[in-house]
Amino acid sequence: MWDYTDKVKEHFLNPRNVGEIEDADAVGEVGSLACGDALKLFIKLDEKKERIVDAKFQTFGCGSAIASSSALTEMVKGKTLDEALQVTNQEIADFLGGLPEEKMHCSVMGQEALEAAIAKYRGVDAPAHGHGHDHVENEGEIVCKCFGLTDGFLKKVIAANKLHTAEQVTHFTKAGGACGGCIPKIKEIIAEVMGEEKKAAASKPAAKLTNLKKMQLIQEVLENEVRPQLWADGGDLELVDIDGSNVQVAFRKACAGCASSGYTAKFVEQKLRELVAPDINVQEVQG
Amino acid sequence: MKEIYLDNNATTKVDELVFEEMRPYFCELYGNPSSMHFFGGQVQKKVDQARARVAALLGAHPDEIVFTACGTESDNSAIRSALEVFPEKRHIITSRVEHPAVLTQCRNLTKRGYRVTELNVDGEGRLDMAELEAALDDDTALVSLMYANNETGVIFPIEEAAKLVKAKGALFHTDAVQAVGKIPLDMAASSIDLLSISGHKLHAPKGVGVLYVRRGTPFRPFLVGGHQERGRRAGTENTASIIAMGKACELAMEHMADENTRVRAMRDRLERELSALIPNTRINGGGADRLPNTLSIAMEFVEGEGILLLLSEKGICASSGSACTSGSLEPSHVLRAMGVPFTCAHGSIRFSLSRFTTDAEIDTVIKELPPIIHRLREMSPFGREFLNKK
Repeated sequence: MWDYTDKVKEHFLNPRNVGEIEDADAVGEVGSLACGDALKLFIKLDEKKERIVDAKFQTFGCGSAIASSSALTEMVKGKTLDEALQVTNQEIADFLGGLPEEKMHCSVMGQEALEAAIAKYRGVDAPAHGHGHDHVENEGEIVCKCFGLTDGFLKKVIAANKLHTAEQVTHFTKAGGACGGCIPKIKEIIAEVMGEEKKAAASKPAAKLTNLKKMQLIQEVLENEVRPQLWADGGDLELVDIDGSNVQVAFRKACAGCASSGYTAKFVEQKLRELVAPDINVQEVQG
Repeated sequence: MKEIYLDNNATTKVDELVFEEMRPYFCELYGNPSSMHFFGGQVQKKVDQARARVAALLGAHPDEIVFTACGTESDNSAIRSALEVFPEKRHIITSRVEHPAVLTQCRNLTKRGYRVTELNVDGEGRLDMAELEAALDDDTALVSLMYANNETGVIFPIEEAAKLVKAKGALFHTDAVQAVGKIPLDMAASSIDLLSISGHKLHAPKGVGVLYVRRGTPFRPFLVGGHQERGRRAGTENTASIIAMGKACELAMEHMADENTRVRAMRDRLERELSALIPNTRINGGGADRLPNTLSIAMEFVEGEGILLLLSEKGICASSGSACTSGSLEPSHVLRAMGVPFTCAHGSIRFSLSRFTTDAEIDTVIKELPPIIHRLREMSPFGREFLNKK
């Protein structure tokens, strides 16, 4: 059984704002029966057409999809359109006290429906996502054929939520969750997005790192960049010590005693040199 | 809130008589059956009795019964054994609707150079014997087909399939986890070589299974070590659970007629009334031969998880063939293989009854489910379209 928060359960059992607004100013639709979830969002603006005075929804989907829709409508009421566009999927999840990662795509669907509604109202194209039927051809190529998701949409969600693995991308967007055929392509897109972030980071003037900053950065890189890759091969590592530019690590699980651990240490060093500082040395220790 | 448990294809209540039977074998009669002393010897006698009871339910010889830790272990052992027995043969036949305990292993074997044929099913979940016959060749080591489907209850013509397979010289395995205890089986009049059972599906505890291995069928053990189970499954016997399994099989024999009359009648009534009260439903596998306890009902325009959560609020425990409950995003592989349309597959619910199910419980479901479906349809954009049209 899913570990839903009480707030998710409460919004599922007593959803706010179910229904439709007959004279809505904006309507956004995403998803389909085939996808397994769909959301139709209605928005009513005040007389000056500035602020959202009412929002209603209809949702086909699981418990967290209904709860996310209910949360979304509560969150956008009283906001201007520009303010509403600032609502992120993470904020929808936070409003509900969190969602299981496998269900994050429900919060993404809420954000998409909102964007689609506002874009339609303003007479512009919605950002490429492919999840709705109308916008598939607009931008980017379809990556996930099962759910009809474009690379533009995936890149956006990957960057906004700092996703590192194909599994996370599936949890947030559903891409790759059915036949799995596009998972290699999703990995390429993750690499691309991460590469762009690195470039952006590199283009900033390289500030001299304080020791504390350097240690923090080393830990972050090991957690986010290195360990997930080792996990994929059944391995792991532990940070033992940092002394200036010397980093000591101990290998665990499949990496421990692996004949290729020398190469693995080199890989770790390369990553740290690339992302933290060029003078880093990595040493493997038993510990 | 008292639960109304209609998820017996997932797991079952341990029958209290079964629990009483196993209870002394933890703190009092804890001896190892392999020991030379009287204290172990008396446990050995009870394990022998359990083996005889399982054999009786299957119409088998006691020496054809191998105790394992679960249905999955039985399935895995059977498949691995068959491939070791025929090292030169590189082809396996199974079906698209198997339990993951079989399907995942077969699919993994393709990475090791095996050719795997997954037989299709029709819209009612039935096999095509001609397709099986055409797929069999001299390279086929094993055919593994489930006796009855866990999601729909559809029963395959296993004896007919086994005969075809034996004529071609391959081994035949069946995952009979859902069938044993619900419908009569007779190994004495059967062509099946290997058959898997799980204890917790027939009111024994979790953590015990059986692999039936026909006399004369070549077999290679999965677990090696001690001489237990005549060398076919090493590891000290889970004596209490094995003894429980024996009792559960004895009780299953006693209740077999009840399962096929009273339980079947309750299932049929549930099916009839829900179909009449809820518009736009279909019975998955309704046109096929099915287990007496299983009902898979699809309701258009709603998603399964919402139904289950609202049923759960009323104390009703069921299961869905829908994606969102299982962690996967594709609707159940079984319903997809049957070609159940997406509009229905996402809203499919499985009720699985047992001999402990009562008429009053069925009445409650008949009362509670229709308003839940109506409520979710009103909330769903597709459901509203449908309701407005009406």
